[in-house]
Amino acid sequence: MRQMLAVLTVVATLIGLWYLACIPMNMQGVLVEAERAGAEVSPPDAAVRREMGGVSLALRNGFAVPATWAQERPRLPAPHQVAVELWDTTVMKKITSKRSLVYHGWVTLSATLLGFGIGTVLGVLLAVGIVHSRVMDMSVMPWAIVSQTIPIIALAPMIIVVLYSVGVQGIIPKAVISAYLSFFPVVVGMVKGLRSPDAMQLDLLRTYSASKGETFWKLRLPASMPYLFASLKIGIAASLVGAIVGELPTGAVSGLGARLLAGSYYGQTVQIWSALFGAAILAACLVGLLGLIEKTVLKRMGMA
Amino acid sequence: MNGTGQQPELSSVVSAKGLDLTFQTNDGPVHALKDVNLEINKGDFVSFIGPSGCGKTTFLRCIAALETPTGGSLTVNGMTPDEARRKRAYGYVFQAAGLYPWRTIAKNIKLPLEIMGYSRQEQDERVRNVLELVDLAGFGGKFPWQLSGGMQQRASIARALAFDADILLMDEPFGALDEIVRDHLNEQLLALWARTGKTIGFVTHSIPEAVYLSTRIVVMSPRPGRITDVIESPLPKERPLDIRDSAEFIEVAHRVREGLRAGHADE
Amino acid sequence: MTLVAFALVLWGFGWWLNTRLAEGPRSGTRAIRLAIPLIFGATILVVWELVVRGLEVPLVILPAPSLIAARVAGSLPILWADFVQTFVKGALSGYLIGCGAAFLMAVAVDRSEFLRLGLLPVGNFVAALPIVGTAPILVMWFGFDWQSKAAVVVVMVFFPMLVNTVAGLRETTAMQRDLMETYAASYWQSFFKLRLPAAMPFIFNGLKISTTLALIGAIVAEFFGSPTLGMGFRISTSVGQLALDMVWAEIVVAALAGTLFYGLVALIEHHVTFWHPSQRR
Repeated sequence: MRQMLAVLTVVATLIGLWYLACIPMNMQGVLVEAERAGAEVSPPDAAVRREMGGVSLALRNGFAVPATWAQERPRLPAPHQVAVELWDTTVMKKITSKRSLVYHGWVTLSATLLGFGIGTVLGVLLAVGIVHSRVMDMSVMPWAIVSQTIPIIALAPMIIVVLYSVGVQGIIPKAVISAYLSFFPVVVGMVKGLRSPDAMQLDLLRTYSASKGETFWKLRLPASMPYLFASLKIGIAASLVGAIVGELPTGAVSGLGARLLAGSYYGQTVQIWSALFGAAILAACLVGLLGLIEKTVLKRMGMA
Repeated sequence: MNGTGQQPELSSVVSAKGLDLTFQTNDGPVHALKDVNLEINKGDFVSFIGPSGCGKTTFLRCIAALETPTGGSLTVNGMTPDEARRKRAYGYVFQAAGLYPWRTIAKNIKLPLEIMGYSRQEQDERVRNVLELVDLAGFGGKFPWQLSGGMQQRASIARALAFDADILLMDEPFGALDEIVRDHLNEQLLALWARTGKTIGFVTHSIPEAVYLSTRIVVMSPRPGRITDVIESPLPKERPLDIRDSAEFIEVAHRVREGLRAGHADE
Repeated sequence: MTLVAFALVLWGFGWWLNTRLAEGPRSGTRAIRLAIPLIFGATILVVWELVVRGLEVPLVILPAPSLIAARVAGSLPILWADFVQTFVKGALSGYLIGCGAAFLMAVAVDRSEFLRLGLLPVGNFVAALPIVGTAPILVMWFGFDWQSKAAVVVVMVFFPMLVNTVAGLRETTAMQRDLMETYAASYWQSFFKLRLPAAMPFIFNGLKISTTLALIGAIVAEFFGSPTLGMGFRISTSVGQLALDMVWAEIVVAALAGTLFYGLVALIEHHVTFWHPSQRR
């Protein structure tokens, strides 16, 4: 309860700060428009104004403050402008429309999910191999760990272009990027999880002379679940970033990344912000969904 | 929780009158201490014994101003516990050594000295002295995790002794150690007490330990936490380990056990 | 075809060698632990080289390692200039500002139970969002040069660092806090002597996560606009020109930079938090 109140306070403060930030950020543009519309602007000389900071301009032109929250193409759109745009492009548009954010979101989401699925399956398989084979462990594991420290997302543009040149386009190239971005966190987390049973638990199964398979299904796999879910959450967030970045280099026309890119070409700030929030909401939903599954699964297993 | 204004006797170090403490928990109020009256005199070794939940640790924490009583009066050196804390009147030894792993033993002992603003030279000198006092000379440069549990606990006692507090409050300091180490530390603690003449408040749940160490044994019982008996020990100040086989010792231990049982029967 | 066959044989030999080493009597030693992944890596490189040559894979799909190495050796000045632009100016300055600001914020938040309670879930939430998406906005605000890249990095590393530091500053036991209480220690005394050292493992965790994020942020932000310089810029333009050897050369630089950056922070961590169970040898 207290936590809820605290979170709401923090969020409200952030939104308040956002509105405040809009004033100096957009003041220059607003004054230009106001002058054109015939209003008295201080100082009247546009060249002098350009040299001044947004704050001091706002102090001298108090009348223009409300306009900073209602510009057509503001440098920083106000929260309600973004909210309205989000509403317009999700609920008010037909899902099949090219202007619907749901449509663009789905394009990105489908690539994310496909890639995430592939990456997770391969990651879990490799982890199982690593835990059971000493050679694989010693050969592959150091590289999997190192891969976590390098910006492998830099490979994204190349993958898109290379796959394009061999005739593969559409969802697959993006899914490949999503897959390898989620692959490594899953490998590392899953190996950790499969190794989490302690010596006593393993010794117990040895006294029952359990086979490797039985040990895996009855002890290692259940014990790895909390670790798996922790890395799945990291993995899906990475997958989404991968899919978005995968839409940048080819100048794709659909998807959240394409919306970001198009918005930045045409200075459509409200569109950028709403695409950004669309991506954020999508990420939050995906991570939240995984969290929910985690809770249910762990509860069923008596671990939470 | 202020003193009643009257000056306690000169030799009285801790004076509790009608002390009450009720915790508000989610399951309703818990009466942790009820009408506790106790005088601890200078140079006393007082043990608090009783089953868990009897308020022995809570009472010690009240003296240390780590808990605030809800009724009655409590003075330490004639001041409120909080004033006494600010005057650094006592050293506190916890159940676990609680040494900082990022500091060496010597630096751990220096911790209170740094906080209290002793000069660097004095810090070094005091560390050397207390390390000798607890038989850890030469271990100052080691890190806590490189020492055994018993040595760690000795270091934490040294930390409490490093500044000039004349009261030593010990909350089951040897509870986590094995019997052999414990015997050894008990013996050392007595020697240390004889040498320094400090007033010691000692919480334990071991009857032999309480009888072996103390000049007075305070028997407590739970729900609500209260004092059921205060036993003056007839044992001499000089106590070799084998005093525990003497008839006097067994007699006192018997009285403590009776006291504990009586407190239990009250329920 | 012989080259491909040879590659297969070589792969088999590398695996056989590693199996021998891993299951041999000295497999636990440091030298072997280091040798096995190196042999594995080298095998992959050689097999890659042989397969590319044997099947005559065109450059626009996959350049051979030798070609990439030659490109790296031949373009050192360009690679260095790109590295300075993206890593030193963009990533590193953003990393320092972002982590520093997050640390100060965490210290400020730590004094208020209420703020911490509210900020921690919000911070955790934001840390999971695709923050690279702010790149087009920040490029619009701060221009094409490194300042906008640094800004993206600041935003990216801020929340992970904040969440870790705040959690770390809470990482003391009741007993440790009581001890400070019995000494009547002031807020800042207990901060510097207890809470800050105890938080170090968490702070370094945040710093390590942030090294990778910083590099990602700086490179991806360049995809949204940059001067004609920088690793991200070079990758996107070289991809456009189908000069894949240059792309790979930049990726090699990025990998080296990322690993060394992380390694450096991990090394400092080892010296600062030598006392933590995870660091003891």
